[in-house]
Amino acid sequence: MNQQLLSLAIWLPILGAVPVFWAGSDRRDLVRWLALAVAVAGFLVTIPLYTGFDPKIAGMQFVEHAPWIPRFNVQYFLGVDGISMPFILLNAFITVMVVLAGWDVIEEKQAQYMGAFLVMSGLMNGIFSALDGVLFYVFFEASLIPMYIIIGVWGGPNRVYAAIKFFLYTLLGSLLMLVALIWLFLESRGSFNILDWHQLQIGMKPQILIFIAFLVSFAVKVPMWPVHTWLPDAHVEAPTGGSVVLAAIALKLGAYGFVRFSLPIVPDAAHYMANFMITLSLIAVVYIGFVALVQTDMKKLIAYSSISHMGFVTLGFFIFNQLGVEGALVQMISHGFVSAAMFLCVGVMYDRVHSRQIADYGGVVHTMPKFAALFVFFAMANSGLPATSGFVGEFMVILGAIKANFWLGFLAATTLILGAAYTLWMIKRVVYGPVGNHHVAEMQDLSSREFLFLALLALCVLAMGLYPFPFTEVMHASVDNLLKHVAVSKL
Amino acid sequence: MLNNFVMPDLYPAAPEIFLLLMSFLVLFVDLFFGATHRWMAAMLTAVSLLGAALITLVTSDPQPVLTFSGMFIDDMLADFLKLMTYFAVLMMLVYSRQYLADRGLDKGEFYLLVIYATLGMMIMISAANFLTMYLGLELMSLSLYGLVAIDRNSTRCTEAAMKYFVLGALASGLLLYGMSMVYGATGSLELGGVAQALYQGQSEKTVLVFGLVFIVAGIAFKLGLVPFHMWIPDVYHGAPTAVTMFIGSAPKLAAFAMALRLLVYGLLGLATDWQKMLLVMAVLSIALGNLAAIAQTNIKRMLAYSAISHMGYMVLGLMSGMVAGKIDPFTATNAYSSALYYTVAYVLMSLGAFGAVLLLSRAGYEAENLEDFKGLNKRSPWFAAMMLIMMFSMAGIPFFIGFFAKFAVLLAAIKAGYVIVAVIAVMFSLIGAFYYLRVVKLMYFDAPVDSAPITAGLDVRVLFSLNGLAVAGLGLFPNEVMMICTTALLRSV
Repeated sequence: MNQQLLSLAIWLPILGAVPVFWAGSDRRDLVRWLALAVAVAGFLVTIPLYTGFDPKIAGMQFVEHAPWIPRFNVQYFLGVDGISMPFILLNAFITVMVVLAGWDVIEEKQAQYMGAFLVMSGLMNGIFSALDGVLFYVFFEASLIPMYIIIGVWGGPNRVYAAIKFFLYTLLGSLLMLVALIWLFLESRGSFNILDWHQLQIGMKPQILIFIAFLVSFAVKVPMWPVHTWLPDAHVEAPTGGSVVLAAIALKLGAYGFVRFSLPIVPDAAHYMANFMITLSLIAVVYIGFVALVQTDMKKLIAYSSISHMGFVTLGFFIFNQLGVEGALVQMISHGFVSAAMFLCVGVMYDRVHSRQIADYGGVVHTMPKFAALFVFFAMANSGLPATSGFVGEFMVILGAIKANFWLGFLAATTLILGAAYTLWMIKRVVYGPVGNHHVAEMQDLSSREFLFLALLALCVLAMGLYPFPFTEVMHASVDNLLKHVAVSKL
Repeated sequence: MLNNFVMPDLYPAAPEIFLLLMSFLVLFVDLFFGATHRWMAAMLTAVSLLGAALITLVTSDPQPVLTFSGMFIDDMLADFLKLMTYFAVLMMLVYSRQYLADRGLDKGEFYLLVIYATLGMMIMISAANFLTMYLGLELMSLSLYGLVAIDRNSTRCTEAAMKYFVLGALASGLLLYGMSMVYGATGSLELGGVAQALYQGQSEKTVLVFGLVFIVAGIAFKLGLVPFHMWIPDVYHGAPTAVTMFIGSAPKLAAFAMALRLLVYGLLGLATDWQKMLLVMAVLSIALGNLAAIAQTNIKRMLAYSAISHMGYMVLGLMSGMVAGKIDPFTATNAYSSALYYTVAYVLMSLGAFGAVLLLSRAGYEAENLEDFKGLNKRSPWFAAMMLIMMFSMAGIPFFIGFFAKFAVLLAAIKAGYVIVAVIAVMFSLIGAFYYLRVVKLMYFDAPVDSAPITAGLDVRVLFSLNGLAVAGLGLFPNEVMMICTTALLRSV
């Protein structure tokens, strides 16, 4: 059983989606409970990945190896290390939240909605555990299909534009990656094994070209400035669940790609391009932070805040020290919880008032005190308050950056001010003050279901902020190994 | 001379002979029972195809066999392509049964022409001589011209048939002219003989290349490559959907065989020359096909332009057999098998896509506009999902067969050193993804305009479902078909 844990984590939600689809949208209770059962089962099977994980081993664990397409030596090769394992848990956890969040709100085609998220969850587990280039690519691209449907069917008024933009933008990047993967296959004399590629000697010029091909693909996904424009559109139009999955998991795929592909396969190019990457990251942190400040739509604001936070992640990767990389990974997980929670909070308000405009609210604390408490807490986490998870990652990255270069750290640290500014200003306008209008006056406080998922997330955020050791412990050996590997030139 | 006549070995040509004999039977049955029992001709055609498939399997020989004084070849490649052809034609017959019956087109002529067209394809697939190739091509083409015009009351059909005939005749003429040039230069009509002569290098190069240009033009016309693609949109659009489905499926296999036999088995010595020609046409086809498809509102026309771009990708694989002017058997087999795999995958997807059009059509109504797909998810989630699979597969999104077809072709192209071409090809497939996405958007995001229930018969429903599942299933397990394609090529001349 231990041998097939990863396969189980991938295929259980995907196959579990079949009865959900089959149940049809007319039997709502059956669909919801079935989807919840599959999501919870999907989460439970990932827990042994953490409990059975040996943090001392830097290499891959829970490895599964089988031929898939012998014609091209493509393997069904799965495995996780300390870098990828936490994301599988995060993903499975968020899927449960998403199913809960869509419980009452989604009235149309609920079976397809739940099914699409379950499929999506399985595919993303596949991305994080694939160790074969083609397998990775296949999961990476297939995950576009459910998200395209989710945004397009259950999205807002401009959903068609947002869905197509999302799909084509992401496809643009991944197609170039496909060419790079095939090139690596030929260069390594017929291997799609990512671990083999880590050892492959590559000249400088091809390294840079491969780096760029990967960069386009992952930068779109992260998203990095200036290829981030699809994200605000997708977030604003997507249903709450879609935004949650996009922000919490899908954005991490790009950053994960950097650690799994770009850094170890082409380390020299990564060093060569580091300044460029750091510049882009800082632009994302500072400039996008300012952009977030002027947003009037809450979802857009959180979307820009996500871009800014992800800029922190890429910054952490490209300063090449332990603190930076680990901080970036912690930041990714923390952002997974916090952004998911923020989008869920906006979703909760949207379900009541059907508006995402900041101006349409005011004084929510008077009508929804429980909700306001949680919302403020998540906002604090989003702006990096100590004792929340948001602080840990940012602090580590800033320390790492200062180690590399003081001014780098200084610029990066402005995020603490900017993040606090745009998040708290939004909170001030939405939560505090007098009751804004009669819609706000009629708002009901959290239902027990809503309270459940928000409280669970709050618990995670708090736990990670107070005691991040369980998270950093599993990463430590793998990150160490990665950095050692990246430091060795392949030329 | 007559004294020297030796009875040729008929065994390798048994499927062709069987199908020819069966065509007479269909003719007679239709003559006597056609008015009262229309289903008999259709049934008999299906039985003939199944019989031919059985004979092909039984007479299959791992070693290539030449017969009719070296004019006809039976090898594994031929057997495989023929089996795929029967399969595609059979699927077309099932898909179109109700469509034809609703429109009164299920006449004996239809089935007879289908049999002859199939016979023509089989001869093309097995041709080992310029003349056999031409014979098969003409038999196929003339039957197809007739099929396009089968609905004689429709001016659109007649117009399409006229265009097809005039342009097709021109292409056949070009091909024949090119063949005569090559014959003049090498003194042989046999593909093996031509290859031999080219290998010895005694022939006049100018005449050869001159002939090659015409031959390549003829092939490009049949494949529908830019700039010989003009007929495709008009014929696809104008022909009855059942016939469009036929033209868009099995003949692609025959055209692939023609390209492979003529260019690789015959004119390999001129590979440096035809590689460049194919490269230019492949890139132009991918570009123009994908760009023009965006502007279409009629799904048959859209699929026509998509066919042009798909054949461009296929040819990209076909021309990648040579690396830096040298042909290494391993690389070459890889490249040709990627093209073969692409063709097989395309035929399967194309049948499915046109199958959806037939599925939504009903008596007196052609569901051929993109609008007709609006809100399909509300009318039938299952069929919408199947069509979604078909569209994403054509766009080259995994886990569907279309992705692995593109993957194999790109791999071959990059191996041959065409990295830039591969990048251009994927960039255009990004553009192409847009119009496939639009179909999905219509089905899922829009409200239905046509709320009539889907009246298609059980056979069409089941076949369409199986087709969709096959496109998905062969994407999850692509190895087997890839291996079959490679083995078929390895075991041929």
